[in-house]
Amino acid sequence: MLKPFYKPFGMAGIALGAVLAASSSIAAVSEFTLDNGLRILVKEDHRAPVVVSQIWYKVGSSYEHGGITGVSHVLEHMMFKGTRQHAPGDFSRIIAENGGRENAFTGKDYTAYYQRLEKSRLPISFELEADRMYQLRLLDEEFAKEIKVVMEERRLRTEDNPQSQTYENFVATAFQTSPYHNPIIGWMNDLDNMELKDLADWYKAWYVPNNATLVVSGDVDPKEVYQLAKKYYGKVPRGDIATLKPQREVKQRGIRRINVKLPAKLPVIYMGYLVPSLKTVSDPADAYALEVLAGILDGGNSARLPKNLVRGSQVAASAGAGYDLYSRLDTLFLFSGTPSQKHNIKDLEKSLLQQIRMTQDTLVKQQELDRVKAQVVAEKVYELDSVFYQAMQIGQLETIGIDSAVLDEYVDRIKAVTPEKIREVARKYLIDDSLTVATLDPQSMQPLPSRPAVSGGGHGR
Amino acid sequence: MVVNKYICCLLLVVVGSFTGVAGASPEIQSWTTSNGARVYYVQAKELPMVDIRVVFDAGSVRDGKQPGLSKLTNGLLTEGAGKLSADDIAERMEGVGARYGNSSLRDMAILSMRSLTDEKLLTTALDTFELLVTSPSFPQKAFERERQRLLIGIKQEKQSPRTVASKAFYRKVFQGHPYASPINGSEESVTAIKRQDLIDFHNRYYVASNALIVIVGAIDKKQAGSIADKLLSKLSAGEPAPAIDRVRQLQAPVVERISHPSKQSHIYVGQPGMRRGDRDYFPLYVGNHALGGSGLVSLLSEEIREKRGLSYSVYSYFSPMREDGPFIVGLQTKNEQAEEALKVLKETLNAYVENGITDKQLADSKKNIIGGFPLRIDSNSKITEYIAMIGFYQLPLDYLDKFNARVDAVTVKDIRDAFKRRIHSDKMVTVIVGGKPRAAEPAEISDKVKQPASR
Repeated sequence: MLKPFYKPFGMAGIALGAVLAASSSIAAVSEFTLDNGLRILVKEDHRAPVVVSQIWYKVGSSYEHGGITGVSHVLEHMMFKGTRQHAPGDFSRIIAENGGRENAFTGKDYTAYYQRLEKSRLPISFELEADRMYQLRLLDEEFAKEIKVVMEERRLRTEDNPQSQTYENFVATAFQTSPYHNPIIGWMNDLDNMELKDLADWYKAWYVPNNATLVVSGDVDPKEVYQLAKKYYGKVPRGDIATLKPQREVKQRGIRRINVKLPAKLPVIYMGYLVPSLKTVSDPADAYALEVLAGILDGGNSARLPKNLVRGSQVAASAGAGYDLYSRLDTLFLFSGTPSQKHNIKDLEKSLLQQIRMTQDTLVKQQELDRVKAQVVAEKVYELDSVFYQAMQIGQLETIGIDSAVLDEYVDRIKAVTPEKIREVARKYLIDDSLTVATLDPQSMQPLPSRPAVSGGGHGR
Repeated sequence: MVVNKYICCLLLVVVGSFTGVAGASPEIQSWTTSNGARVYYVQAKELPMVDIRVVFDAGSVRDGKQPGLSKLTNGLLTEGAGKLSADDIAERMEGVGARYGNSSLRDMAILSMRSLTDEKLLTTALDTFELLVTSPSFPQKAFERERQRLLIGIKQEKQSPRTVASKAFYRKVFQGHPYASPINGSEESVTAIKRQDLIDFHNRYYVASNALIVIVGAIDKKQAGSIADKLLSKLSAGEPAPAIDRVRQLQAPVVERISHPSKQSHIYVGQPGMRRGDRDYFPLYVGNHALGGSGLVSLLSEEIREKRGLSYSVYSYFSPMREDGPFIVGLQTKNEQAEEALKVLKETLNAYVENGITDKQLADSKKNIIGGFPLRIDSNSKITEYIAMIGFYQLPLDYLDKFNARVDAVTVKDIRDAFKRRIHSDKMVTVIVGGKPRAAEPAEISDKVKQPASR
């Protein structure tokens, strides 16, 4: 989803090691690499007789250039439209017949496909997924229909949602030269002019085993998974991977501000500071401190924004903050909110800035910090309840080029963050010169009549 | 930030489906507390955590003439309890890493929590949660604030063509029945609600004989018993909520068009569907799976999306409730092709009701439902969700064990028969939200319903 916020997920302060030692059914990650370069990571979880298989490609909207935005996502749709062996739609039908659930998703930094199955059906997933890794048939008549589906998807997610539309404009303003400028789903004008050849080129450039990571989690034996992967994916020939230009963001030199006028009922504000991610930061401690800062501000109901702005001063009907630790390129430390009835967007902006200033002027209290850490420890256990999420985390990290072993460090890294460090990163990164502000300015929602009426005014029926 | 290939259904659909993979169903133990609350417990030893869900028969169906009352009452439970303020509650729960939440639907009002089972942490979480369950204080200030926030939420709904369409759909399908009323209420009704109304509502419905508790996690039965007692023993026994009226079938087709400054039209077609525990549950559930309940491989998806590229998401589902919940077919498409999409939708639906399911479609549906059984209960949170459903609607405790066999027993004839008896294509509600206002089009849409299907 094009959801602007990341709640800090991992979180904790309690003896996690002791807690997890009791969970014998949860094992470490096993790693393999096939001769063709396909990386395989297997996470065992024997609680239920199920398996999740995810294949992650290092390609997404941030790999795209102007004119073809959205091509990664359109290609993702076309991956269900037939190969040399299989007719369009076969993939979904075969998975369904086997009791499976399947889907795919495209992000800024990845394109991923998954199946959830009863564990004995894993070979079916491997056979089909390996097949479409190198035998895709891109058919004109299928493309003609599917591009229309994607345009409907864009209307649904973005164009008919004033908040999403504002967020899209906001992001395009915050990132000028970084490819994060473009929406994942692509600009409508680019979708309108997309050609089958664009997809064919994209497929050729990125869909090779040496640009992919296979993540399997569930009730499986890693060695058997490896043998099975060798049998099916081993056949896929290694290929050349296109070169990716760095496309760094230009230096920002002052606040950027936009106002978006749309038919809507409620104003919204987005404020984003350009900050490094764990991948781009020079000292990882900075990134983890930003993660904790997001937790101090918006990690649960006891965090500062809900406590101070929603319940306390009641300037906000809602207010949030978030940080994307696992981003391939520099990212945004994001604030957003909607003012309450008695306040306007300016009041809310002022209050958010006050909250930011507070993190720079005074040290966070130890109890606040302990609470964030307690949540991190607990969430680390809770996330084990989802086989899918465990695979998702591994795939996401590997795909942006970070060893997923950092997941095991996460709790200790968070625990090491001090009040002083939080203040330091707040002062260092949350500065005006890297700030972008966007507001949604609601316009009348009364639509105009389809043909001029005598009275000149239309009315809904 | 991710763009998915499809959204299966835009609304929450709880479909119970389990198969007889040997020993795969969770073992449910159930008993009643001394003050009359039902307890459902499942042991899940693998992870050192516990999920707790308390459900009251106190959803919006109990709103009476005050739409939004149940929602506000439920929303205030976390805003003050005993001597604790909302801040205190949040700090205590989150200080031990516990999650907590509340939600309110048409039938159910829910309070839930998740905690680690470490004794010290769990004790703090339970001590706090108990106050939310038994002693909410409905502080005046918090009440005013939450009412304002609900009003903002209602405003926001008007921005969304989907929500506008969904509310209109319920209004028309259930006219005269409490299910017609929006859970969040209206600006007018919410503005009129007073704090005392919440207290009265709470006193009446948040009582032990109107409650159940689900406990799933790494605790033994004895602990589960003491948790249930601890959390619920201070509730007064009270009275179960009375039965609600049956939902009446529609007598004539209804077409509602609402203009909206959106590029897409959101279309809902449907009627009252079925209840939990309905005698036609299995034929209708399995039959709908083929029609529009199985994502991209469903008949509707094939006709609307795969063959014609008309919509990103098209689906059908039954949402069984205490009384007949809705049967809904939905899609969204750009305004210019709304009529075309609606026509294909209705033709597909009518043909299905008329001709029924094929042998192959039935076989495929069974394979998917039965083969996918383990996926439905592969986490504590999913098990908690299902057990709450089974408990609330008082389905038999062996419901999960027998589910697969019942799916397998459904025949082509059962499905055709159930759809013909229950789905009335000539008396459906059609809601279309989107695009500009247009001149009156009397019954044009309803005429199309009567046309013979083309497939």
